[in-house]
Amino acid sequence: MKQTLFDKIWERHIVESVTDGLDVLYIDRQLIHEVTSPQAFEAMRRRGVKVFRPQQVTATPDHNTPTLNQHLPVREEASRKAIEALRQNCNDNGITIFDLNTEYNGVVHIVGPELGLTQPGMTIVCGDSHTATHGAFGCIAFGIGTSEVEMALATQCLLQSKPKQMRITLNGKLQYGVSAKDAILYLIARLTASGGTGCFIEYAGEAFRSMSMEERMTVCNMSIEMGARGGLIAPDETTFRYVRGRMYAPQGAEWEKKLSRWKTLFTDSDALFDKEYTFDAKDIKPYITYGTNPGMGLGIDEAIPPDESNIKALEYMGFRAGEKLLGKPVTYVFIGSCTNGRIEDFRAAAKIIKGRKKADNVFAYLVPGSKSVERQVREEGLAAIFEEAGFTFRQPGCSACLAMNEDKVPAGEYCASTSNRNFEGRQGAGARTLLVSPLTAAAAAVTGKITDPRELM
Amino acid sequence: MEKFDVLTTTCVPLNVESVDTDQIIPARFLKTTNRAGFGGNLFRDWRYDANGNPVPGFVLNNKAYGGQALVAGKNFGCGSSREHAAWAIADYGFRVVISPLFADIFKGNALNNGVLPVQVSETFVANIFAEVEKNPDTTITVDLPTQTITINSAGQSECFNINSYKKHCFINGYDDIDYLLSIKEKIEAYEVNE
Repeated sequence: MKQTLFDKIWERHIVESVTDGLDVLYIDRQLIHEVTSPQAFEAMRRRGVKVFRPQQVTATPDHNTPTLNQHLPVREEASRKAIEALRQNCNDNGITIFDLNTEYNGVVHIVGPELGLTQPGMTIVCGDSHTATHGAFGCIAFGIGTSEVEMALATQCLLQSKPKQMRITLNGKLQYGVSAKDAILYLIARLTASGGTGCFIEYAGEAFRSMSMEERMTVCNMSIEMGARGGLIAPDETTFRYVRGRMYAPQGAEWEKKLSRWKTLFTDSDALFDKEYTFDAKDIKPYITYGTNPGMGLGIDEAIPPDESNIKALEYMGFRAGEKLLGKPVTYVFIGSCTNGRIEDFRAAAKIIKGRKKADNVFAYLVPGSKSVERQVREEGLAAIFEEAGFTFRQPGCSACLAMNEDKVPAGEYCASTSNRNFEGRQGAGARTLLVSPLTAAAAAVTGKITDPRELM
Repeated sequence: MEKFDVLTTTCVPLNVESVDTDQIIPARFLKTTNRAGFGGNLFRDWRYDANGNPVPGFVLNNKAYGGQALVAGKNFGCGSSREHAAWAIADYGFRVVISPLFADIFKGNALNNGVLPVQVSETFVANIFAEVEKNPDTTITVDLPTQTITINSAGQSECFNINSYKKHCFINGYDDIDYLLSIKEKIEAYEVNE
């Protein structure tokens, strides 16, 4: 029987098949943060149930954390209490927490891979839809609700129906100045914000194969914006090189054993998918969204299409059909998030910003995805480049991606953002989000308007 | 979980596509560490203006509409996995959400909280909108045992799918976790073999 990569991982994790396509799926790794876990711990206390495998659970506060002065107590009371609850729940249950203001704190989907918690062939869950990120390593990784967080904490298992499978093949190589973020925004625009609903996506083809792990993470991260529960890429030498030597990566003989198993993780030729799409990387240019879901995207030099279903979105965004975004003023820029808060993203931003100045009309949030990224940005001299240009380089957290902390975009303002969602009010009530790559965000930060980054490279 | 069998109710029509969970319950209300009280902020930024006054045009503020069923356009519940969205919908008093397409994570969260996601054709949903627009007192009947939904005034029915185990849970008020906790030995045996 020909199997897909997804089939191979799924089958290996079935504890039992219950009925009507429902499987008890074993979860290798669970990541938790402060927003979606407290009610799960509370429910377990009520039931008198303990955490089943605390060593397979890792925590990091990220959604509520401030991105300045992290050494001080968190100012907002509700945020502080949420973080304290996570700390308490971890201490009570023997769960490792990479706490605020400690060496490895950061956004949960950045911390997992960089510490080697994320490994090929695993099943990984987190009460966060961007858990899809970890699929970059050839994992079945998906977001869950709090009831499922409780199930996974209590039993290390979930009851799941196997999703349909989709393969997206992207042939060729991305052009100069076009990044992984542009590729995924292009794919979402082509397949729509619900094009992947009910599916898991395998990304295949030369374009993904030639991407770094960080670029692959950006792609898989946004699978959920197509409605897919997750997306994955078969592990290869790029993956193994990335994982090797990290804190939680297997060592010595164990490494060799794992490696030989990981090398079997690929889709057999002739395996069948429920849906197949093929695109060519040379057709992709820097991409940007104009509406209020991530599927409303276009090439940076294109005009907003006339479409009746866009009326509500365009009204919110203050745009008209037929307009181009190029040259539109922006007053906010956000570079960060689990989509684009890694070292390569800040290197890309620095490439544009170096030798230029922040535009006077722009307020920018430059937020590393983790303490490790923050350190690296400083060590490589990138922070100095940002600061010389008039930017503040902040401390890690989810920040303005969802504006749960103090980092918000005011009502009516436009923000060129490297995050993953342009929903109404996502970056603050009334805020207008334009999703872009780090290159395009940096270009907007120095020009004060939507600019094709290739003009500054 | 509360049991669900047959429900006849009026509907609240929200004729919008791709309603994301940030609209259902904005992130700034997710800081509380309990499950209760989210209904007051359901659709907060569509329902109230920046000063906290009700937005007159929004359907939850229209006294003509009420009931235990929310009817929405396709791709309902997309975006964030926050179960708070399902809690808010349940807390407000909805037991059923009807849409031509549900986002996967939302659908699972709804099912785990006694809110039945009823996925039917776009045509059928359009018919509900049309009937409710004609007469806000229009009732629908959601019959879970037979998996049918009926617009009572029009006499139109359509079937909907639900996983048979989930249906069993819904009718009897069982939670998934009860089953998982009951097979701990099997889970341990799986771990040994791995």
